[in-house]
Amino acid sequence: MFAGLTDRSWLWLAAECYLVGLLLGTFSLLRGHRQSGAWINTVIAAGYLFQVLGLYVRGRAVGGCPLGNTFEILQFTAWSAITLYFFVGVTFRLSLLGFFTSSLAAALTLVSLSIPAWDATRREHIFGGNAWIELHAALALFSYGVFALLALTSGMFLLRHYSLKSKHPGGAFSFLPSIFDLDHISVRLLAAGVTLMTASLAVGSVYWLRDTASVNPTKLLFTAAIWVAYAAALGLRLRGVLLARRFGWAGVLLFAAALLSLWPVDASRHSPIPSPATRTVPR
Amino acid sequence: MNGENLFVLGATHHTAPLAVRERLSLDAGATEALRAELAGIAGLREFTLLSTCNRVEFYGVAAAPGVAAEVQQAFCTRQKFSSTEFEQFRLSLTGPGALQHLLEVTAGLDSQMLGETEIFGQVKEAYGAAQAHGHTGAVLNRVFQKAFQAAKHVRTHTAITEGHVSVANVAVDLATNIFGSLAQTRILLLGAGEIGEKTAKAFQSRGAAALSVASRRLERAMELAETLGAFAMPFWLMPVKLAEFDIVVCATSATETVVSRAAVEAAMRRRPARPLFFIDLALPRDVDASVAERENVFLYNLDDLARIADENRAAREAEIGKCRALLTERADALWRQIEPRLQAGAAGEGTVDHRTEPA
Repeated sequence: MFAGLTDRSWLWLAAECYLVGLLLGTFSLLRGHRQSGAWINTVIAAGYLFQVLGLYVRGRAVGGCPLGNTFEILQFTAWSAITLYFFVGVTFRLSLLGFFTSSLAAALTLVSLSIPAWDATRREHIFGGNAWIELHAALALFSYGVFALLALTSGMFLLRHYSLKSKHPGGAFSFLPSIFDLDHISVRLLAAGVTLMTASLAVGSVYWLRDTASVNPTKLLFTAAIWVAYAAALGLRLRGVLLARRFGWAGVLLFAAALLSLWPVDASRHSPIPSPATRTVPR
Repeated sequence: MNGENLFVLGATHHTAPLAVRERLSLDAGATEALRAELAGIAGLREFTLLSTCNRVEFYGVAAAPGVAAEVQQAFCTRQKFSSTEFEQFRLSLTGPGALQHLLEVTAGLDSQMLGETEIFGQVKEAYGAAQAHGHTGAVLNRVFQKAFQAAKHVRTHTAITEGHVSVANVAVDLATNIFGSLAQTRILLLGAGEIGEKTAKAFQSRGAAALSVASRRLERAMELAETLGAFAMPFWLMPVKLAEFDIVVCATSATETVVSRAAVEAAMRRRPARPLFFIDLALPRDVDASVAERENVFLYNLDDLARIADENRAAREAEIGKCRALLTERADALWRQIEPRLQAGAAGEGTVDHRTEPA
């Protein structure tokens, strides 16, 4: 039934599943009931499966990791966040994290699908056939997935913190995890994200040192700035300087900055070619 | 015969004031003795006795009219309570009304603390005891099992049990909102009065293990610590030790501030990343209100807790109609099932069946 679907069709299906997750969660919260984790996780899992298929079809079409334009980068970031959610959600069982992750994935995938210009062209051979550079890019974007999840746990922390400080802990706030648990998981996610990004930059720097002209200075500047900002946030948190609300805001704002940095980074690459946006599953 | 052979008789917090309920309450020994006495009443085919601090109720299946009056007489005689006076405070329902009442009691709808779940266990215990003594049969077995199912249904499908309505439990809820599990938290109780003790017990009932008590009178702190299985601490040590605690329950009778901003600042410098939660139950207040401005410090006073408890109560009250509709639907269906059995029993066709029916 689905064999003839194009990569974008699979990705539309995935986005719709994430949207259903968002709507289910919102409906439960508005009714004042604890959301059904099983339902949310089922639709997220279905969305994830469709997204894997969509990215696989795109990857086969472009002959590598599909990271050649803004559309693909946002799709990959959403995919990374969902992948991590399956680990973090299962391990820490944070209430409402599924709802928030589904919401973020729905936003990233729907926005990227709704703007055709982002997928009209793509950079071919961006990795120059080098597997290490492909690993560098995949690690960097996976770290963005971790930072996406960190932004969610930070946002949840801020909501919970606000509800407790303003002395209105009831209603939808009552379904949020404790601030202690949210802070704990946020620190771990930040450490994981910084580690992944450091590994990515380490791999990339070996390549860059061999040929410094191969990397655009704009990309280098923005990527290094994001890495330094996250590493500084981790250092300050571990030293007890960046705490509670400020740590929460840092998690949200740094991810916004990281997302915004994708545009100058992406625009600084080589000249684009038309995107293979209508490929189907290879038989 | 009609449905009058299923009855409930008793007195509850709705019908009798505390002073009367005290006189009507049954201790374990009296309950056993009364059970034996009721078992001897001819025509009382089945019965269950529910006795809690807010109610004494007899649920029975009578084979003949006047049996409920005999139960009332036996109870009043045992309690040395005038039967005529009892009638002023009496709850007496029969047929579908009795059924609906049991369902509402089990679901916590009839409780003083609306929606509380302790009553469910108490009804279960009462039914278990009656069943163990062979005092239940086909009718009450079915009725009680269906009452338990209905209570669970109401709990799952409405918000009647959402949010606590007592100050102590609201405080514990807030602590779980901050720390998650309470098992690893360290709690300091300042003051050895009743409200502090109640709150400490509420914390213990939710898994808190490391509890310390500090009072200006060390011997009183030691006494309470022994009761609670906690540690006692000299009061003057509090500012020095404050950083070691996660939750501080303040309930002293001091007329001046007991926990100063300076003490909290000093404590937070030693534990900047770990939240500190003050529950100020004292009047006048024990904790300097400005400590709430400090990052990672949370302060709730008696008014804050009472307001949340009131909001929760109002939210539960808003669910009453929905709960009652669900229970009425189930009570009506159940009545249609048991009415033929009651009529058959009343006509002498039925026998006492002590087997538990499948739900």
